[in-house]
Amino acid sequence: MVNEMAEPLIFHFDVDGDNFTSAGQASVQVKKNLRQLGIDPETIRRVSIAMYEGEINMVIHAKGGEADVIVSDESIEIILKDTGPGIANIEQAMQEGFSTAPDNIRSLGFGAGMGLPNMKRYTDYMQIDSVVGEGTTITMRVNF
Amino acid sequence: MNELSAMQGFKPVAVPDGEREINGVYIGDLLSWVMGRAKADDAWITIMTNINVVAVASLADTACIVLAEGVNPDASVVETANAKGVNIISSEMPAYETAKAIGI
Ligand SMILES: Nc1ncnc2c1ncn2[C@@H]1O[C@H](COP(=O)(O)OP(=O)(O)OP(=O)(O)O)[C@@H](O)[C@H]1O
Ligand SMILES: [Mg+2]
Repeated sequence: MVNEMAEPLIFHFDVDGDNFTSAGQASVQVKKNLRQLGIDPETIRRVSIAMYEGEINMVIHAKGGEADVIVSDESIEIILKDTGPGIANIEQAMQEGFSTAPDNIRSLGFGAGMGLPNMKRYTDYMQIDSVVGEGTTITMRVNF
Repeated sequence: MNELSAMQGFKPVAVPDGEREINGVYIGDLLSWVMGRAKADDAWITIMTNINVVAVASLADTACIVLAEGVNPDASVVETANAKGVNIISSEMPAYETAKAIGI
């Protein structure tokens, strides 16, 4: 897609865990960067949605974390890493409607339990590695 | 977009991209439903006014946010929308009447 890319491009972000007003900033920045690279709008949209859901989850459920986005010839890979509480039952968390979001978060419009399902739906590959008490790493890929 | 904000019952709140075409309508207040189900170029009708709606509209690539029931966002939300190129208009009407008035 991005022609003759010699080396993969890597964008790195620290995601602030206690600021809801700026939540989503890394995703908004990635969208901007991908636009500048001339990547097609549908691919950008898929990456934006998947990354935003993951970024918001790190803010809401894990007090923040780190995000890396790797753009190569074949794909855009998103790696989200946090040292939050971890996910005890991944299968349950992946179900539409499952949410542990507290009331104050729900009043902002989050907590539908649709974030992880959206991430799965909009990417070609998604892997969740999580250890309770240690943290969660989510790897997603959108292929060109 | 410009046409819609000039229509009876609608009011421009932040219109940084007035030339944007609207191709559909999505109604919803739960952000992950909007992320998952709204289509690019939809007018997104909601009563949520917190700052997160701007990021959602931008990333889901909707044509505009339409705030129904005459609700108004904070000045900081308007400012962010203008800075990020996200259109916001408001409607005096409930969501269903608002969607009918858009009439796509
Ligand atoms: N990074 C994370 N760390 C710990 N728990 C997580 C993380 N991401 C998701 N979870 C758990 O998985 C559940 C489901 O996540 P999902 O994103 O689908 O829904 P939600 O965030 O609760 O609501 P929504 O995304 O619809 O606003 C969460 O409620 C939470 O319990
Ligand atoms: Mg979520």
